[in-house]
Amino acid sequence: MTKIYIPLDMAAVAMGADRLAAAVAKEAAARGLDVEIVRNGSRGMLWLEPLIEVETPAGRVGYGPAKVKDVASLFESGFLTGGAHPLNIGVVDEHPWMKRQNRVTFVRCGVIDPLSVADYEAHGGFAGLKRAFEMGAPAVVEEVTKSGLRGRGGAGFPTGIKWKTVADCAPGQKYVVVNADEGDSGTFADRMIMEGDPLSLIEGMIICGYAIGGSKGYVYLRSEYPVVAKVFQAAIEKAREAGWLGRNIKGSGFDFDMELRIGAGAYVCGEETSLLESLEGKRGIVRAKPPLPAHVGLFGKPTVVNNVLSMATVPMILEKGAKHYADLGVGRSRGTMPLQIAGNVKYGGLFETDFGIPLGEIVNDIAGGTRTGRPVKAVQVGGPLGAYLPVSLFDLPFDYEAFAAKDSLIGHGGLVIFDDTVDMVWMARFGMEFCAIESCGKCTPCRIGSTRGVETIDKIRNGQDVEKNIELLKDLCHTMKFGSLCALGGFAPYPVESALRHFPEDFRKPALEAAE
Amino acid sequence: MAGAAPYSDERAREIIAAHMGLEGPALPILHALQAEFGCVPESAVREMASALNISRAEMHGVVTFYHDFHSSPHGRHTLKICRAESCQSMGAEKQANEFLARNKLEWHQTTPDGSLTVEPVYCLGLCAHSPAALYDNEPIGMVDAETLDGLVEEAKGK
Ligand SMILES: Cc1cc2nc3c(=O)[nH]c(=O)nc-3n(C[C@H](O)[C@H](O)[C@H](O)COP(=O)(O)O)c2cc1C
Ligand code: SF4
Ligand code: FES
Repeated sequence: MTKIYIPLDMAAVAMGADRLAAAVAKEAAARGLDVEIVRNGSRGMLWLEPLIEVETPAGRVGYGPAKVKDVASLFESGFLTGGAHPLNIGVVDEHPWMKRQNRVTFVRCGVIDPLSVADYEAHGGFAGLKRAFEMGAPAVVEEVTKSGLRGRGGAGFPTGIKWKTVADCAPGQKYVVVNADEGDSGTFADRMIMEGDPLSLIEGMIICGYAIGGSKGYVYLRSEYPVVAKVFQAAIEKAREAGWLGRNIKGSGFDFDMELRIGAGAYVCGEETSLLESLEGKRGIVRAKPPLPAHVGLFGKPTVVNNVLSMATVPMILEKGAKHYADLGVGRSRGTMPLQIAGNVKYGGLFETDFGIPLGEIVNDIAGGTRTGRPVKAVQVGGPLGAYLPVSLFDLPFDYEAFAAKDSLIGHGGLVIFDDTVDMVWMARFGMEFCAIESCGKCTPCRIGSTRGVETIDKIRNGQDVEKNIELLKDLCHTMKFGSLCALGGFAPYPVESALRHFPEDFRKPALEAAE
Repeated sequence: MAGAAPYSDERAREIIAAHMGLEGPALPILHALQAEFGCVPESAVREMASALNISRAEMHGVVTFYHDFHSSPHGRHTLKICRAESCQSMGAEKQANEFLARNKLEWHQTTPDGSLTVEPVYCLGLCAHSPAALYDNEPIGMVDAETLDGLVEEAKGK
């Protein structure tokens, strides 16, 4: 029997993976061939999706991007034994794009059957949890702290310190909440883990629950990810059937269970306190801090809120030890960052690497420049609230502090590449418009400022008192930055100010006739 | 899409009751109501307010806060077109505007025959395959004008 891997990942499905899997099954049956199709996660080489992999004695040989129309020729060329074909990319693990990476959080993603507990365990799964049970809760918190892991949701807050704060609260009901809202444009790493290695997230949550003394977890997933919801719900059920969720997990005496909850299309619900309000069944309006969610969180109880990647990296830290993780990276940015390469790009995908890699190397080398073949003009890093960086800053190393020093942010690690046709005034306007659409409405600078921002940029686009309106726009940005309660209003100026700073000529073009 | 069932208070109460064991049941209830009836009508909001023991105004505030919930039914199918940055880098804004103009629609509107509602969406996590769209629950990468027009036809058929 030959094993064939075809991803169930939403991006692969968007490029026809479901139809492809059906066609491969049908063709194999018609030819009387004995094959097993495993729906795996994505390896992250998204420009090759759907990527079929065939298990051969030499390793897993890849064919991609494969369409239904290629299926007959694939069988004819003997792809079940790794035969030559124009789509053959060789052994996937040996592919230069894979080999350059350091896969830590994503080590199993695309490799295993995401819905097989046995496969997960065969690849090191639950080893971290077993070690956690042996170490005892305080040592687990200590280990996560020592690893230097910083939250991957954007703010980069040390995960271990957050856990300790909750662990130190008086015993009683405590919650583990995973932020799977992933609303930033250009990000898809949370989605890929939840589809490709969902049990690592579940294991991370159990470890967290054990460490802080909480028995209940929630994953808050955005509604824009229907495929993910299906896969992740199935993973929860598999884990429960195998005894990894529920009462007295594997005889440890520890109880833990979890639920998947679906959001309802509000970006601001990715902000942790707004997320908690939403989970409680209220409007997703941001809470003032303090109190921190660690002290007064979900239903008023101490709560850890962590991003998917932060949580899914914990099992590996427990399995291999804090030092192993802390030895990677640069400065205070320890470990690896799963870069999400997107936009107008040749080789888009998920590339996990140690911190410190220069921005230009990511864009020109790893991503291969633009898909349109035109010169790169700007890269937006860190989602819709992130700055637009020009080619002249391509030396910048990917690390939290280096980016902050250039008034920009890493955020969740998404990079969106633009070619020279982009109009930066339009993008600045869009940044403000997005803030206006998604503002929770609690504070004036964000609620009103973003709307005024759109109006002011429209005046600039129309060539009306350009210099005066640019000054007004800067002033608005300043007010939003320092007067907003949360980072939605507080960071919305980043794309606008960076566009103004790095692409001033775009703002001073002859009046545009009302485009669009 | 689901959501063809005619609204009844009784059925709404059943759906609400089925979720009352959850902590923070409001969002799961709203999703379930919308899946059943295709929308969350005012009467359902009233039923929820009474079951959750909060004021109707408060419940109304919750429903209207979220982009996903709507008070009257949408088309039989929904097409969500991404207009976030990554998709814009591949010309999504122009493509979407031309598509809307061709079909004499604006964002959030439904075709006159009730077959298709067009909504903007801000990132589908398909950004390496921009521009992207979501037709009902089916993700589509590298979407072009021909595909979009095909979906309008497909929606009419069913
Ligand atoms: C407007 C806004 C949106 C956010 N969206 C997300 C998100 O989608 N996912 C996420 O993990 N964090 C998001 N955050 C950050 C969270 O508030 C929080 O810092 C994070 O979930 C903490 O987890 P971490 O420590 O593991 O990073 C957002 C913050 C703001 C202000
Ligand atoms: S900055 Fe905006 S989103 Fe954040 S609390 Fe204020 S109004 Fe709400
Ligand atoms: S920006 Fe369109 S799918 Fe991400």
